[in-house]
Amino acid sequence: MSAPVYLDYNATAPLKPAVIAAVSAALAETGNASSVHRFGRLARRTVECARERVAALVNAPAASIVFTSGGTEANNLAVGHARAEGRRVIVSAIEHESVLRAAPEAALAPVDANGVVDLGALERLLANAEPALVAVMLANNETGVIQPVAEIVRLARAHGALVHCDAAQAAGKIAVDVQALGADTLALSAHKLGGPQGLGALFVSDRIALRAQLVGGGQERGRRAGTENVAGIAGFGVAASLATADLAQMAEIARLRDAAEARLRNIAPGTVVFGANADRLPNTICVAMPGVAAETQVMALDLAGVAVSAGSACSSGKVKASHVLAAMDVPPALAGSAVRISAGWRSTAEDFDHFVEAWTALWARLGAPRVGSVAPAA
Amino acid sequence: MNAVTAIETKQALSNEPRKPVYLDYQATTPMDPRVLDAMMPYFIEKFGNPHSRNHTHGWEAEQAVEKARQQVAELIGADEREIVFTSGATESNNLAIAGVARFYKDRKNHIVTVATEHKCVLDTCRHLEQEGFEVTYLPVQQNGLIDLEALKQAITPKTVLVSVMAVNNEIGVVQPLREIGKICREKGAFFHTDAAQAFGKIPLDVNEMNIDLMSISGHKIYGPKGIGALFVRRKPRVRMIALIHGGGQERGFRSGTLPTPLCVGLGEAAAIAKREMAQEAERLAKLRDRFYESVKSRLPEVYLNGDLKSRIPGNLNLSFAYVEGEGLMMGIKDLSVSSGSACTSASLEPSYVLRALGVTEDLAHTSLRIGFGRFTTEDEVDYAADRIVEAVQKLRSMSPLWEMAQEGIDIKSIQWAAH
Repeated sequence: MSAPVYLDYNATAPLKPAVIAAVSAALAETGNASSVHRFGRLARRTVECARERVAALVNAPAASIVFTSGGTEANNLAVGHARAEGRRVIVSAIEHESVLRAAPEAALAPVDANGVVDLGALERLLANAEPALVAVMLANNETGVIQPVAEIVRLARAHGALVHCDAAQAAGKIAVDVQALGADTLALSAHKLGGPQGLGALFVSDRIALRAQLVGGGQERGRRAGTENVAGIAGFGVAASLATADLAQMAEIARLRDAAEARLRNIAPGTVVFGANADRLPNTICVAMPGVAAETQVMALDLAGVAVSAGSACSSGKVKASHVLAAMDVPPALAGSAVRISAGWRSTAEDFDHFVEAWTALWARLGAPRVGSVAPAA
Repeated sequence: MNAVTAIETKQALSNEPRKPVYLDYQATTPMDPRVLDAMMPYFIEKFGNPHSRNHTHGWEAEQAVEKARQQVAELIGADEREIVFTSGATESNNLAIAGVARFYKDRKNHIVTVATEHKCVLDTCRHLEQEGFEVTYLPVQQNGLIDLEALKQAITPKTVLVSVMAVNNEIGVVQPLREIGKICREKGAFFHTDAAQAFGKIPLDVNEMNIDLMSISGHKIYGPKGIGALFVRRKPRVRMIALIHGGGQERGFRSGTLPTPLCVGLGEAAAIAKREMAQEAERLAKLRDRFYESVKSRLPEVYLNGDLKSRIPGNLNLSFAYVEGEGLMMGIKDLSVSSGSACTSASLEPSYVLRALGVTEDLAHTSLRIGFGRFTTEDEVDYAADRIVEAVQKLRSMSPLWEMAQEGIDIKSIQWAAH
């Protein structure tokens, strides 16, 4: 069998070679970035250099970047801050679980059939006089659908609300500019863009005096305690710089993605691509093969050497209905046959071909209506 | 050839200045190359998300994470299901203390901890005080150890948690964990220990010591930064409210994608510690004693902070009377030592740990924390002792206070004239 084809970049991306080099070089260095001696100062320099690079990725000042252990912690930090301030929380119905679970009491802003937040409904939720936080992701992890965050910020501002934007899936795939978006806080994850796992960041605008959730030690200017993961931060910095440089490559990925989708539709006319009518990330396909369970598809594809996923990677093993597709009013049976294909920096035309072929074979075996077959009695 | 010429010759021969000697093993440790080797494949070809349930990349990563969990558990006599990975000991301490306190807040509202705990324990407790919890901060004796009688008296029926660090990060003293565990169990309070400085350095057994929660750090034991763990006892079960919510990883105690290579690194570091801890402790104790003797035999008025016997072998904390702290640090620029914990070393405040021991402000200001570890050599220890002795002698030779002390004048008795 040829080397497995990895098309699950929205779960995690392989590290870019320059990132591996930066991480392993930094791992070989000793030094606590808070120590004042030479080893410590070198570690500090590595951290601050990476902070500038991550800041540049989202067009933010370096001082506004707080390093965290990942996107989940960054989302918790932002939402937790707003709750501690006594704000009520409004989240889109398709948010990542790290936002949803961080504010279980939150009001849900619905999305339309394309998976885009319904601005009219959001405005009605905002109309309540109490100060709020609106949390909306820049791009959805399952469908890749891009949300109108800049417009949401304008709406929110008019009602005195803060906006948190989870950009974990968007960064590295589309341009992310905190100034243009206007969000008060914005979460990033390193391993989604070719950096190491265990690292994330929260952009915090200077309008916000962020309340720390991890306390003690005073690192990250008192906004996040704990010895800095110097090597991980160094890798994140390099990945951030490369992500900006590699954005052009995403146009090619989009072309390959669109071609693959067209082929799937051609092979199986009943195929549904979710969010296809909305702005989407260039790398993501969320597609249903009607009548074939998602679990069956991903297992068959894995056997054929293609790694994709059924929904997000986070849920603790249990296969459950996607809350994202449910929010888009997708019937449960159809949602249960949806798989996610997500490409990235190392994906090639051959990878897409391999996927389409494996998918086609599966369709022929399990999905395609049999000519002359007799439908089983119900 | 005089000493200066000798050093110059040595430098000319080596063609570069001597690299600073790293003696700050309590701040962080160099990675063990074996740990790095174990981690690298998970940065390169085995990059999967350990929570991906649909393909080989995910399973491979998950397997590695579970092996690491086992390795961590084995070092402390725990079950692997009792190990929760975190981003480090700071997070573990925050989670253990706040998580337990908040879960049981309807029944119990009191926490007992110690004045010399790490900042992240003290800060978490202060936050809990703002939430309405009561916290008792036990003092320590002059040797840095807690008084077990005082602990017994501090625990009330309302006490949910006792948090006492296993080994202090500044003075290296080992608290009587077994006795503390016994008292906590008898009194019905959970026992949490911050073992960031102890895990992998001294034998720990969560069952023999009746430890209910234990915070663990990766980068203090030659593993990577950005990874730690919290041991959470299952029988009798300890419950907590999570700090980080989301995908429900780590049985809901801690959400977020686990960083596979870092977990592997912590696991490997733990496995190496399990095999080598005993010999390493012996070697470090010898180095430590060699250094201490070398300094003490040449310098009078050097004070050891913290108990010598109940102490990890890789730590000394010394105060040098009649020298000025910053001057001392300047004089030993090519030694990477610390004047306190790394977290607070940038501030000029004297160490609160030393103050809690009753060390005077003057002596607290001239203290050095000297940490020895796996890669420390005899040569480095001798070199460091020489540099410190030289620097202290030089500073004292310029100090009028030292001169007076030598002449037998009691400095405290002097009435300084106002100018």
